[in-house]
Amino acid sequence: MTPYSSEHLLHVLHAHQQRFHYISDQAICEIATRLHLPRAQVEAVTEFYAFFHRSPRGRFDILFSNCTSCGNLTLMQQLCDRLNVCMDQTSSDGLISISQTSCIGMCDHGASALINGLTVTSLSEQIIEEMGNLIESETPVSAWPTSWFQIGNNIRKEGLLLTEALEPGAALKAIAGRSSDEILNEITASGLKGRGGAGFSTGLKWKLCRDAASDSRYVVCNADEGEPGTFKDRILLNSHADTLFEGMTVCGKVIGASQGYLYLRGEYRYMLDALLTTLQNRREAGLLGNNVLGSGFDFDIAVVVGAGAYICGEESALIESIEEKPGIPRIRPPFPVTSGLWGKPTVVNNVETLVAAAGIVLHGHHWFETSGTWQSKGSKLLSVSGDCARAGIYEYPFGVTVAQILEDAGAEDVQAVQIGGPAGRLIGAESFTNHIAFEDIATGGSFMIFDTSRDLLAVIGNFTHFFDHESCGFCTPCRVGTTLLKNGLDKVCSGHGTAHDIDELQRTAALVSRRSHCGLGMTAPNPIRDGLKVFPQLFEARLLHQEMEPEFNLDASLEEARSLTNRDDAEAHL
Amino acid sequence: MSDPMKKTIIIDGVEIPFEEGQTIMDAALAADIYIPHLCHKPGLSPHGSCKLCTVDVNGRAVSSCTMPAEAGQEIANNTASLNEARKTITQMLFIEGNHLCPSCEKTGDCTLQAIGYHLGMLDGHFPQFYPRREVDASHGSLVLDRDRCIMCELCVRASRECDGKDVFAISGRGTKRQLVVNSPTGRLVDSDIELDDMAAHICPVGAILIKDHGYEVPIGRRTFDLHSVSETDLDEVILKKTKHHDQEHETAEKEGGVYGV
Amino acid sequence: MKQLKKREVFTVSESSPKVRVATTSLAGCFGCHMSFLDMDERIVGLLEHVEFSRSPINDIKHCEPCDIGLIEGALCNADNVHVLKEFRDNCKIIIAVGACAINGGVPAMRNHFTLKECLEEAFLDEIGVDNPHIPNDVEIPLLLNKVHPIHEVVKVDYYLPGCPPPADAFVKILTDLLEGREPSLPKEMLHYD
Ligand SMILES: Cc1cc2nc3c(=O)[nH]c(=O)nc-3n(C[C@H](O)[C@H](O)[C@H](O)COP(=O)(O)O)c2cc1C
Ligand code: SF4
Ligand code: SF4
Ligand code: SF4
Ligand code: FES
Repeated sequence: MTPYSSEHLLHVLHAHQQRFHYISDQAICEIATRLHLPRAQVEAVTEFYAFFHRSPRGRFDILFSNCTSCGNLTLMQQLCDRLNVCMDQTSSDGLISISQTSCIGMCDHGASALINGLTVTSLSEQIIEEMGNLIESETPVSAWPTSWFQIGNNIRKEGLLLTEALEPGAALKAIAGRSSDEILNEITASGLKGRGGAGFSTGLKWKLCRDAASDSRYVVCNADEGEPGTFKDRILLNSHADTLFEGMTVCGKVIGASQGYLYLRGEYRYMLDALLTTLQNRREAGLLGNNVLGSGFDFDIAVVVGAGAYICGEESALIESIEEKPGIPRIRPPFPVTSGLWGKPTVVNNVETLVAAAGIVLHGHHWFETSGTWQSKGSKLLSVSGDCARAGIYEYPFGVTVAQILEDAGAEDVQAVQIGGPAGRLIGAESFTNHIAFEDIATGGSFMIFDTSRDLLAVIGNFTHFFDHESCGFCTPCRVGTTLLKNGLDKVCSGHGTAHDIDELQRTAALVSRRSHCGLGMTAPNPIRDGLKVFPQLFEARLLHQEMEPEFNLDASLEEARSLTNRDDAEAHL
Repeated sequence: MSDPMKKTIIIDGVEIPFEEGQTIMDAALAADIYIPHLCHKPGLSPHGSCKLCTVDVNGRAVSSCTMPAEAGQEIANNTASLNEARKTITQMLFIEGNHLCPSCEKTGDCTLQAIGYHLGMLDGHFPQFYPRREVDASHGSLVLDRDRCIMCELCVRASRECDGKDVFAISGRGTKRQLVVNSPTGRLVDSDIELDDMAAHICPVGAILIKDHGYEVPIGRRTFDLHSVSETDLDEVILKKTKHHDQEHETAEKEGGVYGV
Repeated sequence: MKQLKKREVFTVSESSPKVRVATTSLAGCFGCHMSFLDMDERIVGLLEHVEFSRSPINDIKHCEPCDIGLIEGALCNADNVHVLKEFRDNCKIIIAVGACAINGGVPAMRNHFTLKECLEEAFLDEIGVDNPHIPNDVEIPLLLNKVHPIHEVVKVDYYLPGCPPPADAFVKILTDLLEGREPSLPKEMLHYD
């Protein structure tokens, strides 16, 4: 098993996209033939992932994050104007294309973008101006100022996990000679729950997987980190990769797996080389591969890199993606622990969960258990961003209050906080005394601060657009509903909504939450629902006080006819 | 009185038996209880995408076509609020495509339309999306009108699981999803579909049509002029299930008929 | 029995002895009107309780204040929008009649193409066109870039589906309203074609 398979469909398409700037019909046929896959599967995968394109992109292909924390669309517009291109339209000479993309996980680095797949951060008007020059002179990205590509950790507060970096092999040595049951008991006793959002007991998950009848099993690390405002896994992948791989190996040992996968979001491709080097070093040190540490246990890890699809963070969609398919969530049950990758029992764990697991087997469950609250043991890494003086990573014991975090981050005049990303909760000042914990406000790690200068409806609009863009489209309520919610909210935000439109939003939101197939649809209406609950006056202030307002702009819908007939008389308007 | 040895579930207060491995939908259909469904056909692997079969099991929303029946489940099915939710889902399916029934050859025999009737749907309720999707009329005897496709993937599954082929797939994401044909050119004429394939006939709406057979049955005599979908979809349409290349190892487990056969 | 969409249930007002009804066809084929007239001799009974304001059957040009407005057809041009708004402003109850009014119907088939494609095909490229130009006389209402159902522009109180709805359905909805009942349709009268 190669650690980064150049034959994996996602990787083949990525290489092709980089080289030819799009995936043509002919390319789809050729790739299908070469990889022995059905042509329609290659087409379906190409059209599912946002980073693959069916029509040519520019030699300089720039995707600006549209996240409320790491996006700045004014800068995007500045570059469009500077280079005289429109968003989403490749310039006729094939030089440049500029589009938006969902949060790229650089929320502590200000306005950010992907340039030919590479991350640039801390964009400013001045950098955009210089960038325009470099593009015009066709200076290759490799010759751009290296300072633009610097990505720091911004660790502001360290706790259990961040204080010390594990010595490579330390956790594996600690479990040497211990039985699977003993290790499992350690994990279970620690009270560790999944850090990816759902908060399922890690010990139980491993046990269910181990006990499922099968000849083989898999460990998968979920490094998709797609929830806007989340960047804590980025830091762990950057500085604690050894500990992560150690955690995966421990899991493999417990459940009886010999292969692990790290599913890395496409936005984090810049870390791929370093991760592969770490894997190689571990192999050379006998910590991976055949006969790990001479214990007779074989385990190896491969990396699969995603290509712009938030839904691939959902564990079964992630598994589909590893299986070279569009990221469509599977039917549950069966759950991955009994039928996961290639139909085999599979543990899917978040990066932070696996890092914590490595620490627990090394230090013992007390180390972990004594931190946190009764129902939420240990610490939590928070990615704090938005309107504050000190954005970055804060590791707190569970139970910390929102107010404490706001104070530590230097946030003033706070209007609202979005905890857990758009899929999480939007809270106002009255909830700042609440605690971060599974039993109170749970979060996968995103903590976005909005001060009173923000137009909160625009923020809610941004999140609602995000879900519409990321819905995989498999099930009716979410596929159609997220688009309806987006259109309805846009109507309200633009001052064309009525009380009737709010009723409609409520009704649609409730249906999408309750009847959707997976967590994306179930949480997609959260920003609207929380917004209406916590900040009703913001909506109210935008409403028209009339029975009904047309669903589309009547006058604008005559525009095409006006231009075709060259008319502009009074009758040519509505 | 219920036999203590027999496993049962309760649907709208009626206790019905089920066998291990059956879904709620399987058990309901076997007991002549209609749960509205569009993407489900007995004999094909369940899909769970249309969400019309949504029921509340002990208060939790689940898709009955994919949820295994388990002893003790109390299931709400034919309730006003569930039918209202289903009507809204049906309206979503209508407005996201171009369902202009008067100009559709499937009218009168269309399951989507019949479900609209069953649920008392009068209008699309939401603003129309009016997407522009491609028609594929390349094939001599079949036509693919994507405007009416509801992404139920019955054709995808029928081709794989019954016909032993792989003619259809769904491509794209979100509302841009669309049916694609697995042929070198992407056109139906270059695929290996044949007129007597299950995939050519299974489409519940007017998205895959047999050419030259439109409007043959006079108004008043068509399927859903004569029957409600709640009667016809109780008839078990058992489909012949042939082995599929990557499912051979599963057939052993499915013996005894998990989902038909 | 199917419940039609709920709003105020109409009752005959004391002052005016007859209920005033207006009808119009926007972008439609008058098929719904033909079906309405298919009620044959029953219209005589109806006329004892009903009088018609603006309607193609009497050629009154503007909608006066009315009790019920029956709208056939979709919105396809600026004039359709004006007429629809006039009806909404003047009618207590608006009923969307037929497939076109309800979801665009056959006229909405043009939404498959851009307006430019439609007009160029009809007035420039079509074989046999002489003096090819896209008409731009100010008397001609401009086309909307897409055809829309009427509920996207005004509030609609009741829907009467069908292409066309059967005469019996018209009789049923009007008698229900005249007799102060919430209108409903027997299931066999519900169809979209
Ligand atoms: C739409 C969606 C996106 C998700 N994204 C992520 C993600 O980026 N990272 C992650 O660890 N879990 C994500 N999850 C949760 C995973 O499905 C899964 O619960 C988690 O990876 C399990 O790991 P844990 O038990 O260690 O938390 C997502 C879930 C949904 C529904
Ligand atoms: S809820 Fe949304 S993302 Fe999840 S399966 Fe349905 S369409 Fe896909
Ligand atoms: S497919 Fe069915 S619902 Fe759609 S237009 Fe045809 S008959 Fe109507
Ligand atoms: S073509 Fe028909 S059967 Fe196939 S997915 Fe579309 S609606 Fe379903
Ligand atoms: S029939 Fe169950 S989801 Fe479609």
